[in-house]
Amino acid sequence: MADEKKIGAYLCKGCGLGDRLDISALKVVAEREGKAAIVREHDFLCDASGVAMIQADIDTQGVNRVAIAACSRRAKTEAFGFANVAVSRANLREGVIWVRPDTDENRETTQEMATDYVRMACVEAKFMNPPDANKAATYNRQLLVVGGGVSGLTSAIEAARAGYNVTIVEKGAELGGIAAQLYRQVPEHSPYSDPQDTGVAELINAVSNHKNITVHTRSSIAETDGAPGRFVVQIAAESGTSETKTFGAILQATGFTAHDISHLPVYGYKTSPDIITQFELEQLTKAAGGDIIKRPSDGKQVASVAFVQCAGQRSEQEGHLSYCSGHCCSTSIKQAMYFKNANPAIDTNIIYTDLRTPGAGGEDFYRSGQHKGVTFTKGQVTSVKAEGGGVSVKFKDLILNEDTEEKVDLVVLANGMVPNSGLNIDDPTSAEKPKSASILNLTYRQGRDLPQLKYGFNDSHFICFPYETRRTGIYAAGPVRRPMDIAQTKEDATGATLKAIQAIENAALGRAAHPRSGDLSFPSFKKEGCTQCKRCTVECPFGAIDEDAQRFPVFNESRCRRCGTCMGACPVRVISFENYSVDSVGQQIKNIDIPEEFDEKPRILMLACENDAYPALDMAAMNRQEYSAFVRVIPVRCLGSVNLIWITDALNSGFDGVMMMGCKKGDNYQCHFVKGSELAHMRMSKVDDTLKTLSLETERVVTHEIAITDIHRLPQLINEMASTILRIGMSPLKF
Amino acid sequence: MNDTSKPIDAIRKMSMSAGNTAMIERYRNHFLKEVTDNVEEGEWVNMCMQCGVCAGSCPLGNAWAHPPQEIFMMIRAGKREEVLTSDSMWMCTSCYNCIVRCPRKLPITHIMHGLARYAERLGLAPKNQPTRKFAMMFWDNITKTGRANEVTLGIRLYFMHGFVNGIKTALKMLPVGLSMIKTKRMSPLGLVAHSGCKGKNDITKLLKKAREIEEARMKKY
Repeated sequence: MADEKKIGAYLCKGCGLGDRLDISALKVVAEREGKAAIVREHDFLCDASGVAMIQADIDTQGVNRVAIAACSRRAKTEAFGFANVAVSRANLREGVIWVRPDTDENRETTQEMATDYVRMACVEAKFMNPPDANKAATYNRQLLVVGGGVSGLTSAIEAARAGYNVTIVEKGAELGGIAAQLYRQVPEHSPYSDPQDTGVAELINAVSNHKNITVHTRSSIAETDGAPGRFVVQIAAESGTSETKTFGAILQATGFTAHDISHLPVYGYKTSPDIITQFELEQLTKAAGGDIIKRPSDGKQVASVAFVQCAGQRSEQEGHLSYCSGHCCSTSIKQAMYFKNANPAIDTNIIYTDLRTPGAGGEDFYRSGQHKGVTFTKGQVTSVKAEGGGVSVKFKDLILNEDTEEKVDLVVLANGMVPNSGLNIDDPTSAEKPKSASILNLTYRQGRDLPQLKYGFNDSHFICFPYETRRTGIYAAGPVRRPMDIAQTKEDATGATLKAIQAIENAALGRAAHPRSGDLSFPSFKKEGCTQCKRCTVECPFGAIDEDAQRFPVFNESRCRRCGTCMGACPVRVISFENYSVDSVGQQIKNIDIPEEFDEKPRILMLACENDAYPALDMAAMNRQEYSAFVRVIPVRCLGSVNLIWITDALNSGFDGVMMMGCKKGDNYQCHFVKGSELAHMRMSKVDDTLKTLSLETERVVTHEIAITDIHRLPQLINEMASTILRIGMSPLKF
Repeated sequence: MNDTSKPIDAIRKMSMSAGNTAMIERYRNHFLKEVTDNVEEGEWVNMCMQCGVCAGSCPLGNAWAHPPQEIFMMIRAGKREEVLTSDSMWMCTSCYNCIVRCPRKLPITHIMHGLARYAERLGLAPKNQPTRKFAMMFWDNITKTGRANEVTLGIRLYFMHGFVNGIKTALKMLPVGLSMIKTKRMSPLGLVAHSGCKGKNDITKLLKKAREIEEARMKKY
């Protein structure tokens, strides 16, 4: 293949493109303005003969930059996925003919859209290079599992059975975690009617006897360095010995600690031995071997027991957890069954405000509890006090709306779970905390532990990508990620293990992990221009960039997710990808034709996130939602990758408006790169000053949060922008 | 009214406070258990999940002191007297809206009637509750001949609250009555002679047998 860039432009006439557009005029554009060496048209470019035509040019004519003017880049990706060449796409179908009415008066503006897109695709191809995979990629089939509870054990056995080597590091003396101390668990299988064995003993046995699993108990992680495929981890034992091992990926399954509610006087915990937590009841029942439980205070057989749900949970009051721990309602039902199964005459009352039994069998289990005669009372507990040889529970009955009291032998408090997620790296004092406070002790510039999302949990995105943390190759599973029970934990650990295996395999091939899975490009920077400002290292959502001794950025390719947030952050524009750079987008902007002021054809630039906004636009097109012919859309990897220079260049060259379409930000974010959209919004909030120095109206630049479902809203926003331009007038900066 | 051959009277006779006292003794503080054991469909009270759909679905909801949801909660809270002396379950018109809508498939209508019957049996039902009174009149009326005598039933109903009220109600209902006579839905002869159904004697026998069974059951109390 020649080193020289040779652009081949291919225009499709299928799907009505040939009828709606003047293809021969577009061919001239590709040739003269797009500088394409070869320009061809085809009746159906994506069919076998069309693809073969392009492949033949690549093979025999030396074409190494392919510009395809047909449908959206999201369509026909397999047909147009040519190896070893850079491919750009001009979206003439979803981006032009499907969003414009087929009428004579609109023919001119529709053709203008297509002309711009063809020119843009050619220039994009010119500034793209086919990416080489990361040369430093290493294949390491070792998985490190931090934590030896149900989640860690499940992960270890799943990975070992899949043929990977696993090392478990457990802080305690024994495997099994909290689950090993439970008497029974909530049933996982139909008919979901009775508590079942936890199976932890079998799990421990399977893990201990598997030849591919090494277990380190009484050990912790002293340091974690490196990146996916080449993590270097120091495992320190309590005895003082230390061992260094390398791993391909890490799974953090550090579980939870029971919420301490001894400081909340309302529940009377620790004021009487007969007021206990759910976990303490498990230990009592286990000790009694399932027999009728005796009261801790005087050994009397328990004849009545009250379960207080949400004890110290689901409240914004001081000392309470503001979230729901998810398992406690089912757990209380299970524990009430311990009593009912031993003797149906024992009174068991569950006092709840909202009964929640998540999971497939949750409702069945609730019903089974009711069948067994467990009483459920909707009430808000106001005090729990030892009184006259028993315990008095005062509560407000929320159905009968009255204050009432119940006297029982034993009270069980559902106190909830707190994640063992290590340091909160967003807390500025975290750097001063001792090593033991951290779980992973990462050497990353951005902090020693996984970033936390909310309430201290290491969750990622609840629905879209639950196991992904913001540290590539490190996955969180089990209650450290969000509150969950044993059944959910097993499922969670299995899923996270699969992600860890994917990370190992992707790292070996030098490819990106989620969401640009398989992407071979990675960021590089020109050292000459770098001012060591550190913005890239600070803003990278994934902690992929460290700093060297001179404070230059050090990119860890296999930690990188290829979002381009660093590229968007760089004030001197020295960071770029082979196939996505300040130029590959900037040159497209420069190649959009800006009509003169008196043509009354404004131009609006839209930078649309390829994850949500761009597919939403495609879907709008499929629904034939029309929008203004004055908009030109350029997909970006993430709004975080938008460099301010694009905006200033666009405004300087006479664009009348700029729209930026990113994903939802904040706590309930939908940004695939977690912080990209948020950073972009923050950066753009400062764009007003730039606009003022150019004496432009601030309405000319807008940023929107778009969900993939905003199919009707997006065209509306475009049209609103078009009418805004109409109202405030054309940009004075046209030449 | 002194004819004890009617099963309802047998129950009424049984509904002495002795039965009530026995039940209180047996189910001390376990009203839920008492209901589960003795009320028709009473075991379903355990299964209520307090969603309130029944309360929201009842077309007569406003007239109830306690909607079914509350009644169930009161049973669980052990409010024996309040539940059994309540007139709420007597307000049920058996429209079955609650049964249709209950996500837990509780036979709420049947439970309400079961509770009313149980309260009646124990002599705790509110004496002047109109539905209860009418139910008894209707039973007396229909068991005589196996077919309702609309004229006598109407008259007894209208004059339930005294002579003056009776006249007033009768005058108000006169057009309805005349229409019924005109369309042969009611015979004015019913005042003097009511033919009843064909197998009048069989009905009597059937009811007698039912009464025996019921009385045997009542012995428990």
